[in-house]
Amino acid sequence: MRTPIIATALIATFAGPVLAQDKPVLRVLTYDSFITEWGPGPQIEAAFEETCGCDLQLIGSGDGAALLSRIRLEGARSDADVVLGLDNNLMALAKETGLFAPHGIEAELDLPIAWDDDLFLPFDWGYFAFVYDTTKLSDVPGSLEELAASDLQVILEDPRTSTPGLGLLMWVESVFGDTSGAYWEALSDNILTVTKGWSEAYGLFLDGEADMVLSYTTSPAYHIVAEDDATKAAAAFSEGHYMQVEVAGKLAGTDQPELADTFLRFMLTDGFQGVIPTTNWMYPAVLPEVGLPDGFGGLVEPDVALMYPPEEADSAREAALEKWLAALAR
Amino acid sequence: MRVIGGLIQALAVALVLALTLGTLAAVAWRAEEAPRLGPAEWAAIRFTLIQAALSAVLSVALAVPVARALARRSFPGRSVLVTLLGAPFILPTIVAVLGLLAVFGRNGLLSVLLVLLGLEPVQIYGLHGVVLAHVFFNLPLATRLILQGWLAIPAERFRLAASLGMGPGEVTRVLEWPMLRSVVPGCLLVIFLICTTSFAVALALGGGPRGTTVELAIYQAFRFEFDLGKAALLSLIQFGICAVAALAAWRVALPGGFGGGLDRVVERWGIGSFWLRAQDAAVVVLAAAFLLVPLGLIVARGVPGIGSLGAPVFAATGRSLAVALLSALLTLVLGLALAELAQRRRGRYAAWVEALAALSIAVSPLVIGTGLFILIFRLTDPVALALPITAVVNALMSLPFAYRAMAPSLAEIETVYGRLGDSLGMRGWARLRYLVLPRLARPMGFAAGLAAALSMGDLGVIALFADPDRVTLPMQLYALMSGYRMEEAAAAALLLLLCSLGLFWVFDRGGRLRAGA
Repeated sequence: MRTPIIATALIATFAGPVLAQDKPVLRVLTYDSFITEWGPGPQIEAAFEETCGCDLQLIGSGDGAALLSRIRLEGARSDADVVLGLDNNLMALAKETGLFAPHGIEAELDLPIAWDDDLFLPFDWGYFAFVYDTTKLSDVPGSLEELAASDLQVILEDPRTSTPGLGLLMWVESVFGDTSGAYWEALSDNILTVTKGWSEAYGLFLDGEADMVLSYTTSPAYHIVAEDDATKAAAAFSEGHYMQVEVAGKLAGTDQPELADTFLRFMLTDGFQGVIPTTNWMYPAVLPEVGLPDGFGGLVEPDVALMYPPEEADSAREAALEKWLAALAR
Repeated sequence: MRVIGGLIQALAVALVLALTLGTLAAVAWRAEEAPRLGPAEWAAIRFTLIQAALSAVLSVALAVPVARALARRSFPGRSVLVTLLGAPFILPTIVAVLGLLAVFGRNGLLSVLLVLLGLEPVQIYGLHGVVLAHVFFNLPLATRLILQGWLAIPAERFRLAASLGMGPGEVTRVLEWPMLRSVVPGCLLVIFLICTTSFAVALALGGGPRGTTVELAIYQAFRFEFDLGKAALLSLIQFGICAVAALAAWRVALPGGFGGGLDRVVERWGIGSFWLRAQDAAVVVLAAAFLLVPLGLIVARGVPGIGSLGAPVFAATGRSLAVALLSALLTLVLGLALAELAQRRRGRYAAWVEALAALSIAVSPLVIGTGLFILIFRLTDPVALALPITAVVNALMSLPFAYRAMAPSLAEIETVYGRLGDSLGMRGWARLRYLVLPRLARPMGFAAGLAAALSMGDLGVIALFADPDRVTLPMQLYALMSGYRMEEAAAAALLLLLCSLGLFWVFDRGGRLRAGA
């Protein structure tokens, strides 16, 4: 009689968790890596549930871009209340859907740029950068130009499938504008390969496959804090570094508007922001009282923070992608 | 029983159609504007066809000598080797790519060796890299499918050939060539189709956007442009490629018909010459090295971190195992139902069943996932159904292989024993239980093992529906990587490899024991 045992096990597995008691439920749609045990999710859920008298449900849905697709698919029928994990490059598209409601929160943010969006509030940010191994690379390029002129081999992510990949596309576009196509052609002999996502690219870099990888200025902090390894560094580029600002917004169709507001306000307090640096490995949008963890002290801090205003990002992106494909797809 | 059998067959057909064309229709239905294809999409279609054709031909061409060597030799560790050779096919792509590049990459074993010898390191990135990776993935599958064909030739035939004084060349012409003609086209087709939908591998090893496949274009249309119409059109093109290839393969393939033997394995005669032995040994050693060295490196990387894996990884492993078992069961039911259907209705109709069984390779997992999401979202919470949906979709993804493995054997059984069964009045359940299933045990074990292993390693549709309580092992692996935890990710990859191989071994071994060989 093995069959019933297997069936019972299957039912137990598939039936999922029993729904929480009578508390109000706040459903926050976010990207996958946010909700895993190593992401910010578990600590933030615990901290928020201490005070909100609610059940916070974090629901993962791919990465930032998949998140936006999901919201578009669900439309006004979505039963999510808050979307957390879109970024500056996706904001205009998200706004176009008309599914988001103003947050109405005045916030003191610690961003290198001014922020006054009425739909989206930042929860963390970072700079894209090329990361290298200090024990292997001595002649570090000091600019995008120098990188293209060097004979270094770099691994990039595809802008069509990955956030950092899109970040570099916008970075090059904001620096070179009309001549960005020529820049990509100059860079093409430095590109070892282009991967689908950050994980493959960074994994290959750590395996010693390339001299540099497209990542974040904060990546070395992980190696310092978690592995006590100071051999990874980000190259500071004189043209400036492009920014990623990750944001959250309240869905207009929410059935918990007040709870959603409470969550967005909580998002900018220490209970949320203090978790970000060592789980998401990004800069917190509001510096926690205790400041940044140690490993963040020696990181590269760009002189120029580059970023398209969200409303221009979308049109710049389309033109930039065409030039990228034209230069590299041959 | 007839009625129930017919009902199951109808349900199987309906399920496959709903999940492939149905989900595609759902996506097209949600599209807002008419799609247009630009030069980038045409370039993607061209690249897809070229790399898939090259990969299929090379995989099968290399698999024939390997399968022949394995079929006519017995040596200690042969069955373990046959199982291990299947491993690359069932690995999650990200793991396989890292393993492959640990050997063939710029800093890989081979390059290091070449540099030591004063030569240039290997340049792996490009079309040849994509083909190499696809051969790495699919050589094992091709070998197994062709090996099934060899083992299906009654051993008495070989004995007869030997007693007639036939040399290896004549044996090839009289016995092996007809078998290959019936097995190879389907095998080529399956691998061609798998490579058609390749995406992350083609991109990473293709060295950039030159390696853009149709699947990547679909992905782009979905997430980047949210152009559902274009996504649907591109999927339709993938279907078209699949249909043309399937019909071509069906026209070329000849049904086997060796007549009955004693239905068990008998020692082969007349293959003992030194030259033949050396040739077979070289082929097996080379194939094993090509497939097992990257695997060994994956294991070596995974071992150090295995102690640091936490409870969530093991919970995810449990969920993945449950999904894998359910998926294997479903695959067998679907595969048997379709194979029976093709058997009962020969001729033109059978070609449609054949195409139907192959259809799901050509459909983009992203389209299935999104289509299901659109359909289910109107009815209920898709997240709650994440795991059963994953099991069903995985079963669908394994169906083409299961069908490939089971249908020729079933046809053989019916050709050889069908009339005997008819004359004994065996029908319905009795026929299935006493005539078909015992003789189908070997391919069924193989199919179930493959389905379970593929399901275990599949990231697939679950990524669209997941929440923390339903994370599977492959998702956990990706999460570890995106959290910089490469060592734990390597350990999780090892765990995944062990589970996949374990499942495959248990089912495959079970099938072979049942078949008494």
